Amino acid sequence: MATLLIADHDGVRLGDATAKALTAARQIGAPVDVLVAGDGVAAIAAQAASLAGVARVLVAEGAVLANLLAEPLAELVIRITDAYTVIAAPATSAMKNALPRVAARLDVMQISDVTKVLAADTFERPIYAGNALETVRSDEAKRVLTIRAAAFPASEAGDANAPIEALPAPAASSTSRFVGADLSTSTRPELGSARIIVSGGRALGSAEKFDAVVAPLADRLGAAIGASRAAVDSGYAPNDLQVGQTGKIVAPELYVALGISGAIQHLAGMKDSKVIVAINKDPDAPIFQIADYGLEEDLFTAVPAMMDALA
Amino acid sequence: MKIIVPVKRVVDANIKIRVKADASGVELANVKMAMNPFDEIAVEEALRLKEAGKASEIIVVSVGAASAAETIRTALAMGADRGILVKAEGRVEPLAVAKLLKAIVAREEPGLVILGKQAIDDDSNQTGQMLAALLDWPQGTFASKVAVDGGQVEVTREVDGGLQTVSLALPAVVTTDLRLNEPRYASLPNIMKAKKKPLDETTPEALGVDATPRLEIVSTREPSGRQAGIKVASAAELVQKLKTAGVI
Repeated sequence: MATLLIADHDGVRLGDATAKALTAARQIGAPVDVLVAGDGVAAIAAQAASLAGVARVLVAEGAVLANLLAEPLAELVIRITDAYTVIAAPATSAMKNALPRVAARLDVMQISDVTKVLAADTFERPIYAGNALETVRSDEAKRVLTIRAAAFPASEAGDANAPIEALPAPAASSTSRFVGADLSTSTRPELGSARIIVSGGRALGSAEKFDAVVAPLADRLGAAIGASRAAVDSGYAPNDLQVGQTGKIVAPELYVALGISGAIQHLAGMKDSKVIVAINKDPDAPIFQIADYGLEEDLFTAVPAMMDALA
Repeated sequence: MKIIVPVKRVVDANIKIRVKADASGVELANVKMAMNPFDEIAVEEALRLKEAGKASEIIVVSVGAASAAETIRTALAMGADRGILVKAEGRVEPLAVAKLLKAIVAREEPGLVILGKQAIDDDSNQTGQMLAALLDWPQGTFASKVAVDGGQVEVTREVDGGLQTVSLALPAVVTTDLRLNEPRYASLPNIMKAKKKPLDETTPEALGVDATPRLEIVSTREPSGRQAGIKVASAAELVQKLKTAGVI
């Protein structure tokens, strides 16, 4: 039996999270079909078809699918689940919203945030904000999984050229309607897939200082900007920059934590980064216990000095 | 309009949990418990809707052992009107909780069910979406703003990359994100008053729901720890090390 992977995208390109979730889906061992739903997503479907290990791409297009709302997306998926044993998706906000709806309709328990595929029916997932890891096994007829993308490498885009088949879009929901979106437009890399992240904490002290200190260093390193929950709650940074259990879970090559003490909930969101740098004037900050390179210094002197050293 | 708010009793968010030595789960004996923080936000939002004249009654539901009654009392002390405890021992998965809530919704006919987006113990983030699916209701998950107007609710949602707003026809399911509101503390007089508020008990059997877990938890382990690295003396040395390591 086959695996269905539901692709996430921003309407323009296939998200990196999907290429990573594909790696997990392939580890299950069955052929993987990728479902691309949206409005005007032919280019995204072609992108999915080029990924290594994709058997088939299914495309459903229509205005009703434009914003990947849970109600129509679940309706679409339910129609095609007969052919699949596993229905998986990256654990992005759109898929976390839609997939439990699919699981409930199929009367199966979902396994959320899979970080390891141990066998076709056995998976590891974090609980308690990553402070424990649970191995769960499902012997249900179907398995519904969300995949924590940061835990898997991306499947390569290559010469593969999987066949693309069209599916009809579902009817519009009569009870749920998209009103609008307020998405941040940034020329910086996307937080979830950036190679380097520079993150700021409460010690920045204000939104102005956050921008003045974090942004130049991020731009010099070609990095995405992140923030701790304390910085977001204090209004120094917008909430979509929050790294942590309740925000984004990231695993870049390099994570630079500026004035972040290292609360458990923040560590849960970034501790799988390859190299962690902590700059903090408090020698007892817990972040130092997991940092590869620690610098005990006021960030307002350390960051300009770093900029000089990088020049 | 009635509002149902499900609440879960979980290990207090400020407690560092420990995995049991036999890997059978997380140690819960003699650990401080509290209402799931996202559920507190759900209770607060329901109270605000009632205070704004948009809701008539707030019913708090918890699924769990007898001790879950304490969590319901906490919500009643915040200002909810009455409670329903669905007594169930052991692990009850989100799918079973959604089925139990569906049965209670059929009895109470609320206009809104407001839930926390996830519980901080199993971090599943499923119950609200599953309930909406079982009821065939629309859903507004990860809410940072909720506005009820006539037969509609407009929900601003926290999504990857920013915010998204949807309009839902009532009845609907809403799940809360952290920034929706700041939950109030219960005052002492309200804690006393809460003891007299009605709290009914029922069971999965009485509601006609099989709450047997579907998933087998094979084992639970601590994550492999990360070792502290080295301290550097200056920003210049830091940049040098990062260049040597090949990350910049």
